[in-house]
Amino acid sequence: MRLRTGNALAVQATDLTLAYQQRPVLWDVDLEVPRGVLMAIVGPNGAGKTTLLRAVLGLLRPAAGEVLVFGRPYVEQRGLIAYVPQRGSVDWDFPTTALDIVTMGTYGGLGWVKRPGASERSRATDALAQVGMQNYADRQISQLSGGQQQRVFLARALVQDAQVYLMDEPFQGVDATTERAIVDLLRALRADGKTVVAVHHDLQTVAEYFDQVTLLNVRRIAAGPVERVFTEENLRLTYGGRVAGIGGQTNGADAAVFP
Amino acid sequence: MTSAQVDVLLVAVVVAAACAIPGTFLVLRRMAMMSDAISHTVLLGIVLAFFVVADLNSPILIIGAALVGLLTVGLVEAVSRTGLVRQDTAIGLVFPALFSIAVILISRLAGNVHLDSDAVLLGEIAFAPFNRFAPFGLDLGPVALWVMGTILVVNLACTALFFKELKLVTFDPALAAALGFSPALVHYGLMAVVSVTAVGAFDAVGSILVVALMVGPPAAAYLLTDRLPRMLGLSVVIGAVSAVGGYWLARLLDTNIAGSMATVVGVVFTLILLFAPPRGLVASVRRRRRQRWTFASQMLLIHLATHEGTAAEADESRPDHMHRHMRWPAEFADQVIQTATERGLVRLDNEQLRLTAQGREIARAAAVR
Repeated sequence: MRLRTGNALAVQATDLTLAYQQRPVLWDVDLEVPRGVLMAIVGPNGAGKTTLLRAVLGLLRPAAGEVLVFGRPYVEQRGLIAYVPQRGSVDWDFPTTALDIVTMGTYGGLGWVKRPGASERSRATDALAQVGMQNYADRQISQLSGGQQQRVFLARALVQDAQVYLMDEPFQGVDATTERAIVDLLRALRADGKTVVAVHHDLQTVAEYFDQVTLLNVRRIAAGPVERVFTEENLRLTYGGRVAGIGGQTNGADAAVFP
Repeated sequence: MTSAQVDVLLVAVVVAAACAIPGTFLVLRRMAMMSDAISHTVLLGIVLAFFVVADLNSPILIIGAALVGLLTVGLVEAVSRTGLVRQDTAIGLVFPALFSIAVILISRLAGNVHLDSDAVLLGEIAFAPFNRFAPFGLDLGPVALWVMGTILVVNLACTALFFKELKLVTFDPALAAALGFSPALVHYGLMAVVSVTAVGAFDAVGSILVVALMVGPPAAAYLLTDRLPRMLGLSVVIGAVSAVGGYWLARLLDTNIAGSMATVVGVVFTLILLFAPPRGLVASVRRRRRQRWTFASQMLLIHLATHEGTAAEADESRPDHMHRHMRWPAEFADQVIQTATERGLVRLDNEQLRLTAQGREIARAAAVR
């Protein structure tokens, strides 16, 4: 596939506003992701992080604003984006194998009706090996640990062979081995010139794992290189003065809309 | 067997197979009760279409039924999307409303046609052989067999063509949408298939059996396998076996065939729920027992190993000490000691329990882990 990537930003969302039943979840948010960076999206619960990813993917229709992927609308650039949803968003009792889940990543390239064949399966097998899960290909997915399930999801994104990887809390509840594997994978992707945007909860590791950060709490509080933006002052603005308490900020959202 | 019996059995097996296929996806999508709703509300579609074409055998009736089936799904979703009512409640609101409109229409305006509410609930498969498909005077078998056979072929073809899409949308609708497969399109496509199957089947076997055949066999198959293609195949087999079994049960008891078939579906499901190899209730109880025994014996062995060769050994390794030390009921402690003795892990020596070489090995392995 020839990539229409040009010199534009990998992802550029402008003035994104989105509400669930009149309650603003994203308020005039800009997201600018240069290509080839690892960007964390950080903010309290209910800050709209998942909503932002889903809006970029066109899964939600924003009330205002637009999203460009390498300078063009998402619909035209679908093949350039891979998505890793939260592990808890699917039913892991579904009757299938790890390899089959990874193969789903190839469906976008196949289009309707056409079935995955030997080449799709071999790409899926390679992707499983990349996340160290080659020995679990035929395992029923409910028999995998949380970390292994997360790695299956990552393999499924890898097999999409995208330019931009949107990940929703890839480190959520994983073991140390998986965390290490994911970090290595993110760096390998960056070395390949790919772009990663990940919702991230652990403030301790933001500086270690990511180059760029967007601080979000319904509005965009700050964005840019970690060393410049990831300051105590900005974190206080994002979390409403409770930097230590990562979760549970319920009215911080309103406070941020009308500071 | 008479040829009428063969016809009834063939219709029953084909209905069971046709229902099991979309039913598998309903069960996996946690929408089993949608089959209940659709299998009843299609009656409204049949009635409305009947008023238009005034012919009970017109294929337009099936189209009308399918449209009302989709309307049911749409209304349920619209009601639950208000956020004020949950989806199961929405089903409970929408389907009786549409169904009762159909019942009122029938009783007020179509009292003289064969569209009665008894037939809706339980159908009458026993009459299936008498309504023949005989173009140009050539008898080609019961109409019901042709109708359901066509629906079965359509269901098989749709599943084969869109297997990957159905799987993806069922497992991860967000990814499906991100990859450009419309989850709504697949969803409504499946619901259209469910509606057409329900209307075809309910003429023969009634709406209760449609629900039983769409939900029971897939739910049972789900307990037997963890591969989707096998689940589809097993659903069809379980549905067909239940249908045949139900027919013979009805003959034996001289009762309603559809009712017997639904009963057999329930019995088969219960048997599988109890005895399915790794997931059934019996297997779970046995597994839990075994784990309890393994843990208890390890506790005993580790306890003995800890005190082996120490001054307190004489005290700590008396059999009657165990139930106090481990907080086991005395009886259970005796059982554990007896079983461990029988398996050659400990032996009783002068009122003291002593580890055998094998028992010591197991204690060490367990303690290390």
